[in-house]
Amino acid sequence: MLADKDRIFANIYGLDDPFLAGARKRGNWDGTKKILKKGREQIVEDIKNSGLRGRGGAGFSTGMKWSFMPKEVGDRPHYLVINADEGEPGTCKDREIIRHDPHTLIEGALIASFAMGAHTAYCYVRGEFYRETEVLQRAVDEAYEAGLIGENACGSGYKFDFYIHLGAGAYICGEETALIESLEGKKGQPRLKPPFPANVGVFGCPTTVNNVESIAVVPEIMRRGPEWFAGIGKPNNTGTKLFNISGHVNTPCTVEEEMGIPLKELIEKHAGGVRGSWDNLLGVIPGGASVPVLNKEQCDTVTMDYDALRELRSGLGTAAVMVMDKSTDIVRAITRLSAFYKHESCGQCTPCREGTGWMWRMMERICKGEATLEEIDLLEQVTYQVEGHTICALGDAAAWPIQGLIRTFRPEMERRITQPATNTDQAA
Amino acid sequence: MVKITINGSEYEVEADLTILQACEQVGVEIPRFCFHERLSIAGNCRMCLVDMERSPKPVASCAMPVADGMVVNTNTAKVQKMRRGVMEFLLINHPLDCPICDQGGECDLQDQAMGYGIDHSRYAENKRAVKDKDFGPLIKTIMTRCIHCTRCVRFATEVAGVPELGAMGRGENTEIGTYVEHALTSELSGNMIDLCPVGALTSRPYAFAARPWELTKTESVDVLDAVGSNIRVDARGPEVLRILPRLNEDVNEEWISDKTRFACDGLRRQRLDRPYLRRDGKLQAASWNEALKAIAEAANGVASASMAAIAGDLADCESMLALKDLMTALGSANIDCRQDGAKLDTRVRSSYLFNTTIAGIEQADAVVLVGCNPRLEAPVLNARIRKRWVAGNFTVGVIGPEADLTYPTTLVGTSAKDLEVIAAGKGHFAKVLKNAEKAMIIVGQGALKGEDGAAVLNLARQAADKLGMIKPGWNGFNVLHTAAARVGGLDLGFVPGEGGLDVAGILAGAQSSTINMVYLLCADEIDTQALGDAFVIYQGHHGDAGAHRADVILPGAAYTEKNATYVNTEGRVQLGRRAIFPPGEAREDWTIIRALSAVLGQTLPYDDLKAVRAKLVEANPNFLNINQTTPAEWGSFGTEGAISDAPFASPVCNFYMTDPISRASETMAHCIETFGKDDERKTGTDG
Repeated sequence: MLADKDRIFANIYGLDDPFLAGARKRGNWDGTKKILKKGREQIVEDIKNSGLRGRGGAGFSTGMKWSFMPKEVGDRPHYLVINADEGEPGTCKDREIIRHDPHTLIEGALIASFAMGAHTAYCYVRGEFYRETEVLQRAVDEAYEAGLIGENACGSGYKFDFYIHLGAGAYICGEETALIESLEGKKGQPRLKPPFPANVGVFGCPTTVNNVESIAVVPEIMRRGPEWFAGIGKPNNTGTKLFNISGHVNTPCTVEEEMGIPLKELIEKHAGGVRGSWDNLLGVIPGGASVPVLNKEQCDTVTMDYDALRELRSGLGTAAVMVMDKSTDIVRAITRLSAFYKHESCGQCTPCREGTGWMWRMMERICKGEATLEEIDLLEQVTYQVEGHTICALGDAAAWPIQGLIRTFRPEMERRITQPATNTDQAA
Repeated sequence: MVKITINGSEYEVEADLTILQACEQVGVEIPRFCFHERLSIAGNCRMCLVDMERSPKPVASCAMPVADGMVVNTNTAKVQKMRRGVMEFLLINHPLDCPICDQGGECDLQDQAMGYGIDHSRYAENKRAVKDKDFGPLIKTIMTRCIHCTRCVRFATEVAGVPELGAMGRGENTEIGTYVEHALTSELSGNMIDLCPVGALTSRPYAFAARPWELTKTESVDVLDAVGSNIRVDARGPEVLRILPRLNEDVNEEWISDKTRFACDGLRRQRLDRPYLRRDGKLQAASWNEALKAIAEAANGVASASMAAIAGDLADCESMLALKDLMTALGSANIDCRQDGAKLDTRVRSSYLFNTTIAGIEQADAVVLVGCNPRLEAPVLNARIRKRWVAGNFTVGVIGPEADLTYPTTLVGTSAKDLEVIAAGKGHFAKVLKNAEKAMIIVGQGALKGEDGAAVLNLARQAADKLGMIKPGWNGFNVLHTAAARVGGLDLGFVPGEGGLDVAGILAGAQSSTINMVYLLCADEIDTQALGDAFVIYQGHHGDAGAHRADVILPGAAYTEKNATYVNTEGRVQLGRRAIFPPGEAREDWTIIRALSAVLGQTLPYDDLKAVRAKLVEANPNFLNINQTTPAEWGSFGTEGAISDAPFASPVCNFYMTDPISRASETMAHCIETFGKDDERKTGTDG
């Protein structure tokens, strides 16, 4: 369990002043100038050594990502884009950072931008986070006023601007290239890669898109050193992580914990346990809507990190833990997720546009018992026909929950088809 | 060059290719829907997925550039399965209405479903239905068939330069449309029909007319503007049913204008299918013998100096040559092919050509347009200018009518006076042209047809000389013609001979009764009221202005009905081929003049097409170079003179009707109903 002294987000519960005075008390903006003095290469090297992996879900090494940016700034400016379009169902970590600890983000943006030679950072905030944006904007204004960012950020002589851009609430705009399109004022549709954003990103310039949490942990890593961060958690899955625990637990919460904490411990220590005891557990979606569901046996022993969950053919994703007890109609729950992906598919490429609708319709029929047993196999084949064949990962995200369901709860699906009379029609 | 391995064989290909292009080069077929060479890469259909070593996911070969050492597989079971999967997705919401779909038989989806799909459907849900959109009188939409490849969107935005189309909604509710529904305001919109890989966008005039396998296909050239677009004429029996573009990188790439494509229904209406004679003030049907005899009788007693001939905009070179030879034999020098009175002469060939060539536009870095609106006068050429502009670092100046040319322009002036300033090397834009590596001037007929045309031509030449547009390997002086016959006529010397009269002189002579006999070869764009009491012979294919005034009508063949030679604005000699026979008793044009010459006792010395063409080459050796342009010698031309300050105007104010064929076309009439004429265009938002 994470010790209090190792917490990065000291105000994640919002008990203290989120603004500059409070932030300074918590140690933010302490010695930022000294960090910048280390120079671009050193910062990137430190972040690489800390083992920080992208907190947006894919888990790609953040330091590595930064090192893809051109070493020298040419005639095209560099940009940092912060992805605060937190739309993954069940996820609410970036929102907590923005509204309770905004200065960690702004300071992190400065350091990250400096490390990549960017003088401008755009923070693309989900449209629904209107009040959160107000908090962030106030924090940005404070930082400008205090000279922490702006013409001469923290007295380092480095010019740095921080802009907030409010999205319009499309899930797909959380995909990095769709976010770039949207930021440019276009319809939010993912771009083809290559070229990668580090080469051609926002406004055609080298760009790195990072998740809010990835950026917000940077100042603390730089202050305490990469060894400290690398010392927490498990090898290759280092550091602390914000977990959002929701669903059938007694006290849903967002909590910072070390990577690799056992799922059971996480739920019992922080969320007050599963409603009606651990034995009442049906399954857990461990990382936001797009990762496959785990059954109870898996939940008993699994640890919350990228590699352990990958071994179970699930994923850490955004670490949004959705707990479902035995009252849950699991087929209906996954059907609801299918409806979500059908609704949020951008419609650009064929497998996702056509496949999400097809999968959802089949799920609906299976739910109602109006399907045949063979259709479960057909459904599974369709998910594999979508997965990996699309421009962005939304196709995969739509396929995985269904694959997980079939893998883990196939008997329940079959029962609904063979004995439709026993179907409970309760809401998920 | 990079080495890449495709299906186990190693190849060396250029480094700037995509996998799909590389595969195509070495003969490996990759199915695709959204990819098109002339449009940006969308990568959204996912049909072209291939397996690439060291990539966990399959890659879209249309978008992935080749790299050294790349190993690609396109024929594995995995790839076949992927294709089947994508094909299935495309088909689940595609209606199975092939039997009533106009795309049937030339449908990419149909073909690829046969090649890469599975033989049955596993989709048990209801299919999606999409409301049809109204894209105007040319394009019929059945949007349920749309597979969202966005080729039409990209064409409208990138090539046509009218960003009116887009994908609205998302997911499976995505629809292609104009948001506020209106007809597409592009002169190139018909090309979307060719681009559409399915039957979502089809030709409205051609709807339910024929199946592709019923049609005889003839490769020919277009004559409705001076670009000489390469076309394929699709005919069934005696009717031309549609016209499609043919690939020619040097001329029209693979685009044609809407007029070229859709005016073909004009070939079926208002046709002159038998000779007519004016008896008792009325045109009455006659036989060929009667008609020719009537001409011989009328010519008897008319002094050769009182005879004249005018060649119109659609005339072919063979008939102009025959007519010129006949007039020469009769002793008349009063011949002219410049109906609009453009002050061009034949002394220096480069003075009336588009010397840069259409493909050459892509190398230019600045251009000034003088008295022309290429969007209306030559839409395909305008698309080439736009293509150059899209590539970047290109400035367009305009002296003359300011218009939306689909790319930004700088208004430099409006009249010949402003050209004079540029020609003197003064002003901002003169500097732009001077500093340009390869500058161009494009002079339209609007600048040349006025009284001061020769002086304007002189100024344009001076500007070209002075601003460095003429250098070894680069001739930036261009005349943009609007008539398909014009350059051919000038090449043949169909202009007044020694002491002869030009069009204005002929008309004035007819008024004052010094010209008593006028031969109109497809000439309809002159003031026929001004022909006075002259005896008028009209040879042509449509009952248009000239035929109404005629005393004798000799029915000729339209461009789809004869083997004929045309020279486009670049001076490119191209052959039109006969797709169908002329209607009724109408004949190929040069044979009519040949027959008349015998009746007049001046028998022309050729009996077949081969002999006429040999004579053409004799008249101008350029006619040997079929499909080629011959760089023309630069020289001094134009005459100094007073210039007026009247603003230039484009000769084309109504794109959809410029000639007898398009004037007879019902489709073109619908276009005018929808779009209005030039300046009164509806935008669709004005109620």
